[in-house]
Amino acid sequence: MTTTTEAQAVATRKLTYVKAFNEGLAQAMREDENVFVAGEDVAGYGGVFRMFDNLLDEFGPRRMIDTPISEAALVGLGVGAAARGLRPVVDLMFMDFIGVCLDQIVNQAAKMKYMFGGGLSVPLTITTASGAGLGAAAQHSQSLEAWLAHVPGLKVVMPSDAYTAKGLTVSAIRDDNPVVVMLNKVLLGSSGEVPEEIYGIPLGRAHTARQGSDVTVIALGRMVGEALAAAQELAAEGVEIEVIDPRTVQPLDTETMFASVRRTNRVLVVHEAVTFGGLGAEIAAQIQDAVFDYLDAPVLRIGAPFSPVPFSPVLEKAYVPDRARIAQGCRRLLERS
Amino acid sequence: MAPRASTTSKKSPQVSPPLGPVGPKAVKDLHERMVRIRLFETEAGKLMEAGKLPGFLHLYVGQEAVAAGVMAALRDDDQITSTHRGHGHAVAKGVGFREMYAELYGRVTGACLGRGGSMHINDLKRGMLGANGIVGAGVPIAVGAAFAARYKGEDSVAVTFFGDGATNIGAWHEGANMAAILGLPVVFVCENNGYAEFTPQSGHMLLTDVADRAAAYGMPSVVVDGMDAVAVHQAATEAVERARRGEGPMMIEAKTYRFFDHQGVKGLRHPYRSDEEVAEWKTRDPIDLIETRALADGTATRAELDDVWQRTRDEIADAIAYAEASPPPDPADLLLNVYSG
Repeated sequence: MTTTTEAQAVATRKLTYVKAFNEGLAQAMREDENVFVAGEDVAGYGGVFRMFDNLLDEFGPRRMIDTPISEAALVGLGVGAAARGLRPVVDLMFMDFIGVCLDQIVNQAAKMKYMFGGGLSVPLTITTASGAGLGAAAQHSQSLEAWLAHVPGLKVVMPSDAYTAKGLTVSAIRDDNPVVVMLNKVLLGSSGEVPEEIYGIPLGRAHTARQGSDVTVIALGRMVGEALAAAQELAAEGVEIEVIDPRTVQPLDTETMFASVRRTNRVLVVHEAVTFGGLGAEIAAQIQDAVFDYLDAPVLRIGAPFSPVPFSPVLEKAYVPDRARIAQGCRRLLERS
Repeated sequence: MAPRASTTSKKSPQVSPPLGPVGPKAVKDLHERMVRIRLFETEAGKLMEAGKLPGFLHLYVGQEAVAAGVMAALRDDDQITSTHRGHGHAVAKGVGFREMYAELYGRVTGACLGRGGSMHINDLKRGMLGANGIVGAGVPIAVGAAFAARYKGEDSVAVTFFGDGATNIGAWHEGANMAAILGLPVVFVCENNGYAEFTPQSGHMLLTDVADRAAAYGMPSVVVDGMDAVAVHQAATEAVERARRGEGPMMIEAKTYRFFDHQGVKGLRHPYRSDEEVAEWKTRDPIDLIETRALADGTATRAELDDVWQRTRDEIADAIAYAEASPPPDPADLLLNVYSG
């Protein structure tokens, strides 16, 4: 196995988020003969988001498998193949479709190692696209990370840019556990610096995307970019915010967050998913449990309202948190003390 | 028997076919596998009744011919997925009594280190990919195991066991279609015991033969007498060899019956089947059938058959003693095996 680490990888060119994902997947397939991809329209068509472009040409129909629209059987295929030593990558296209196959994810993939007394691993990677912003309405736009992060045995990663899309995908495939890779639909076409060689980003380690002294903003997935934009706006006002990208929401790197809170004394958590029962609640609770004495204001959460994702662009824009709401949240936190 | 692919065939289950390729040695093997299941189960039932076992216990007694007949057609490297009524499959696949009883007791020496219990016994060395607490869930997993075998260029097959009720689950239909369209070496074995929990077949589907569902996926199927281990074994041998040759999945429906209730060993709040019906099926006890046959055609003597029972009883007594002497898991290890690495 290639042992290139994140630190060794050097960015030399810009790549889109979806191409970075595609490149990481292709390199992981070259690295390990046991990696194969199965899903709806992943082979011949290259995936509805072009995530799997050109992979059929290189890897052929043995390793790129078009399946019926059967999410339960698709994930089950991955569970059985993983239990027998392969490293399946199964694609669920839109995250909203996990309801169809939640048993296979939650009761089978996540519990198999534990319930089998540890005698096997389930190195299954599930790729899917989450998030609003494409006018795809309530059944094609959800961010359901909290559902999955709640299940012991699963790992969940949320790439926030092209660099993390590649590195987290490679690590998900190399990992011996079931990992759900939540690509963000709005970010698919965004570009960033991406090293050419294969590299993995360690799962369960947060990244400080921006350093600052006044407020810690913990942002998931697409919200990292919004938080960085808000930071620019606030910097003009003399406020320096620190932006933390957990990258992996299960397992969650709380230590990096706690260390930041000890420096800034104020926290805002922002995610695209609905606020109620979202990961913001978990993160806020852990922070008050561990570093309450360092807080100058209650932890603030920003997420979506408790509503299905709307279709109309006007409503959808109002639904998803953005840089303005994040900046406003930071100002509120600073006013509290 | 020729596989069928028709929805119109309503042929009756075959009863006591000629031995054909199944010689005396195979009959003895089938008998021993069934005795092992029967005694494991009846002793487990006694332990449950005595209040020694936590959790649920879904006994397999009555259905032994299915597990024995199919497993006798398999190799160690062939994989099976099982059901919540999985002890019979595990025993017939060769999983040891000691780790099975220890698991029923929730001891650390159990097949799942005390983390799985009755409904989740597995043994990867024996190709036992797990009993399963979710009805129908093992079907797609067997499809994945068969996919892995073909991917790696091996000629092992996967067998998935399920009940009549499981064929109403989406995962069953998705798995059947997936196996068929990918042409994978999967044998679908329906143990039709006539009841989905407490609901009779007539109350949950309009079909007489569950095997008819296979035709919807272009999969051949056969209906066999699930009380006759020889009949099951012959059908399974054909289906397994067919899959091993790369000719794709096939379904076997074995008409059988469970002698105990859906769960546990005690009486029911609400009788859902008559005493007459149970008694009628018990006249066709699969072990009695094979013993009668073996004695009639000189395959075995009464002494030889009795020896199998006695040896098995001794082995079970040892296994129960082992389980009872085994320690429970250490609470300090509660989080063991939640994740790999």
